[in-house]
Amino acid sequence: MNWQLLPQFLVSGLLSGGPIALIGLGIVLIFKASYIFNFAQGQMLLIGALLTWWLAVEVGLPLWLAILMALLISAVLGLVIERLALRPMTGQPLLAIILMTLALGQVLQGLALLLFGSTQRNFPQIFEAANPYRIVTPFVYNDRNITIILKQNLVWSFVIAVLGVVVIGGFYRFTRTGLAMRGTSEDHELAQSIGIRINRIFAISWALAGLVATTAGVLMATSSGLDLSLSVLVLAAFPAVLLGGLESIPGVLVGGLLIGMSQGLVSASKVQLVRNSAEIMPYVILMLVLLIRPEGLFGQRRIERI
Amino acid sequence: MAVLRPAGEFDQSYAYDIAIIRRRWQWIALGLFLVFLYTLPLYASQGLVAFINRVAISVIAVQGLNLLTGYTGQISLGQAAFMTVGGYVSALLVNDLGVPFPLALILAALGAGGVGLLFGLPSLRVKGFYLVMATLAAQFIIPWFTRNTFPELLNGAQGLNVKVPVIFGFEFNEPQRYVYLTLSILIVTTIVAQNVSRSRLGRAFISIRDHDLAAELLGVNLFKYKLQAFFLASVYAGIAGSLAAHQLRHINSESFNLNDSILMLGMLIVGGLGTGLGPFLGALVIELLIEVATLLGPVVSSLFPNSAGGIQALRPLFFGLALMLFLIFEPRGLAHRWQLFKASWRLRPFSH
Repeated sequence: MNWQLLPQFLVSGLLSGGPIALIGLGIVLIFKASYIFNFAQGQMLLIGALLTWWLAVEVGLPLWLAILMALLISAVLGLVIERLALRPMTGQPLLAIILMTLALGQVLQGLALLLFGSTQRNFPQIFEAANPYRIVTPFVYNDRNITIILKQNLVWSFVIAVLGVVVIGGFYRFTRTGLAMRGTSEDHELAQSIGIRINRIFAISWALAGLVATTAGVLMATSSGLDLSLSVLVLAAFPAVLLGGLESIPGVLVGGLLIGMSQGLVSASKVQLVRNSAEIMPYVILMLVLLIRPEGLFGQRRIERI
Repeated sequence: MAVLRPAGEFDQSYAYDIAIIRRRWQWIALGLFLVFLYTLPLYASQGLVAFINRVAISVIAVQGLNLLTGYTGQISLGQAAFMTVGGYVSALLVNDLGVPFPLALILAALGAGGVGLLFGLPSLRVKGFYLVMATLAAQFIIPWFTRNTFPELLNGAQGLNVKVPVIFGFEFNEPQRYVYLTLSILIVTTIVAQNVSRSRLGRAFISIRDHDLAAELLGVNLFKYKLQAFFLASVYAGIAGSLAAHQLRHINSESFNLNDSILMLGMLIVGGLGTGLGPFLGALVIELLIEVATLLGPVVSSLFPNSAGGIQALRPLFFGLALMLFLIFEPRGLAHRWQLFKASWRLRPFSH
C-alpha cells in the first residue's frame, strides 16, 4: 500500500463515484416504476453525450444551448423507447424484458456507430483543466503535508451528480407526480385502481432516465473523453445499483460512492495485480453483495427467495 | 401444444414410442443430409464451409445455453466467459503439455464446467435478474484473470497462439478439414442435449423453470439440478470455446466477450427457447444476418461518411432489431413457427 498516495486515490475515487451514482439513478428510476432493469442505460448515455458533442461542435451552438437541446432530445428518446420497445413487453417474462433492453442497447450502439463513427472525440471542456484544486491534508509524510490534487471537472461533476440525485430524490418525495410514481412502484394494480395512469408514470420515468443519462454522459465525457468505450465505463454502475439496493434513491448515491472509493483504494496499492483489479472491483463487490446481502444496503427485502 | 402425429401412425412398441426419429424415410433423409454436409467441403467454396463451421460452433454453445436458460430457466450472460475458459484450457494443454487434442477438448470442457459451477453458486440464493448480474460478473472477472494473472503462462492481453489440432496424424488446418471436426462434435452434442432434455434430468430442469417452488415440493433437489444445469451449459461452452480457439488459432481475453454472450441469448430467443431445434435455427438465422451486414457494410459506409465502417455499425443494429422484432411478435421463436407450420400442413384442409 502506498500510504502517501492513499488519501489522493481515496478522494478522487470517491469523486468519480458521483457520475457512477448518476448513471445508477437512471436505472433505479426505471426499475422503481416498472421493474425493468435497463441494460441499455450505457448506450443511452453514449447517445446523449454524442448528441451534445454534435450540437456543440458540428452545429456550433453555444455549449449551454447544446446541452439543453441534448437533454430535451434524450428525454424524447426515452419516451419513444418506452412506447415502441418496452410497452409491448408488459406482462412478458423476465427473460424477454432483459433481452429487450439488451437488444435496445445493441440497436443504440449500432446507431451511434453509424451516425457518429468510433473515433475519439474532443469533448468541449466545461471546466478549467489547467488549474486543479489543491487540498493540504494534516497527514505528514517525509516531513511534508500530503497534498491532494483534484481536477476541477472531477470535483464539479461530483457536485452536479450529487445535486442530480438530490433533485430527483426531492422530486420523488415532494411532488404530486413523485407521489404517483412512488405509488406505482409499490403495486401496479393498486396504483391503477386509485386512478394513477401507470402508463404515464412509465413514460415519465423513461424520459427522466433519458435526462439523467445525458447529464451523466456529458459529465463523463468531460472527464474521460468521448468515444464508444463510454458505454463500457457505465458497466460499473450496475454493481453500484445493486450495492445500494435496487429501489433506493439514496442507496444508489451511497453505492456509487462506495464503488468509486473501492476502485480508488485498490489503485493505491503497490502490487501491480491489485492495482489492475480496479476495473473488476465493482464486480467483485457485486458477487459479495449477491452472496451476502442480495437486497443491497438500502433495498427492500422483497426479492424472490428460493 | 400437443404433438400432432400424422394420421395412421401408432406406437406399437416402446422403442418406437420414445424414438426421436420415427420413420424410415426420416432416417434416410437424415442420412442423405449428413452425407451432403460431409461431402460439402469437397466442392463448396471456402467461404461457405467457413460459414458452416461458424454456425456449428455457435450451435454447440447455444445448445448449452438452451439447457440452462431454455430448459432450467436460469438466465445467463456468461456463456462467452465460459467459452474463454475452454479455449484457454485446451490451448494451454495442447501448446505447453502436448496433450492430444481429443483429450484436451474433454479437459477443456470439464475445466469450463468447473468454473461454471463456481459462478452458478449464487443461483442457490438468488434468481431471475440477480442471477443475471452474477453471470455478468463472470463475464468481467474471467477475462480479467486471463489478462492479469500468470503473465508468463497466459501472455496477458496479447493472448495465446493455438496449435492446429491433430488427430491420428490428420491435421485440421483449413476450414475444409476443420468442418469435419466441428460437425462430428456437433452430432455428439446434439444427441446428448436432445436426450438430456427428455430424461429425468431434463424433466427436473423443466419443472424448475416452470415453478421452482412446486418442483421443490415434489422432491426435485433445486440445489443439485441448478448446479448440474450450470455445469452442462459450461461444458458445452468449453467445447465451443476450444473448437473456436483452435480454428482461429489464437485466443485472448477479448475473443469471446459480452456481446457474444448477448448474441447467443439472442440466437436462443430467435430460434426458440427450450426446443431441440431452436439453437440450430437461431444460430443459422443470426449468422446469416451477420453475413448480410458484412455484405451491406461497404454500401452503408459510403452513405454515412461519419460511420466507423459499416460492418461494425450494422452488426449490432441488425441483430438488435431482429431480436426486438422477435421478442415483440414471436417470442417463442422460429421453432414454434415450424411446429405451427407442420401442424397446419397435417390438418390440411381443415384449419384446426
